Amino acid sequence: MNELFEIVEEPIQVESVIKKVERREAGAITTFIGAVREWTKGRRTVYLKYQAYVPMAVKMLAKIGDEINEKWPDTKVAISHRIGHLDISDIAVVIAVSSPHRKAAYEANEYAIERIKQIVPIWKKEHWEDGETWIGDQLEKVPYPNGKPDVKDEKHD
Amino acid sequence: MIKILLFAHLQEKAGSDQLMIDQVQTTIRDLKNNLKETYQLIELDQVMTALNEEYVMDDEIVKAGDTVAFIPPVSGG
Repeated sequence: MNELFEIVEEPIQVESVIKKVERREAGAITTFIGAVREWTKGRRTVYLKYQAYVPMAVKMLAKIGDEINEKWPDTKVAISHRIGHLDISDIAVVIAVSSPHRKAAYEANEYAIERIKQIVPIWKKEHWEDGETWIGDQLEKVPYPNGKPDVKDEKHD
Repeated sequence: MIKILLFAHLQEKAGSDQLMIDQVQTTIRDLKNNLKETYQLIELDQVMTALNEEYVMDDEIVKAGDTVAFIPPVSGG
């Protein structure tokens, strides 16, 4: 229950993630909360589903923690990511970083969310008012709008 | 046997989240080509691969008992 890096199916308690990084030498703790957004470029999300390759996702979260400890040596990091069905405003991810001074805590926290969007095997399925789509990357582009890559001679204007 | 794990749209297209391939040794590249033909998973050209939970390149060797996961572009956070 007290793992620094975890994938969970239940709602994330922000306070408990913060508690994991509290230390007497830490003068700063930054917290990032990623929540489910209702509107993306004019399109309304009804709910989301997150899927993960859980054991590898936990490993990759821990790897991000290692990278941060190397770049910002005096920090301590905890990350919880929720999977399953999430409604609007539900918390999907919480990142807490503690450090003696605030600058490292801010920087390391931003680094963590950027890396999550690159290497952690978690996928988001948007359930819109008018359909559903697996989201392909952090830029929120659909990888294959037609369900498959474009084939050159398939479509000509 | 080599265990294959599929996620997101790959899983929906193949109709299963797990496949077992009866091979003693192969490469990621050959495995992808094989699955592209058998399951029409052309998307395999655009996914990353994890061998036993670590990212690997297409020329990596896979042996019986290994777990190969195809990782579509991730969208956590």
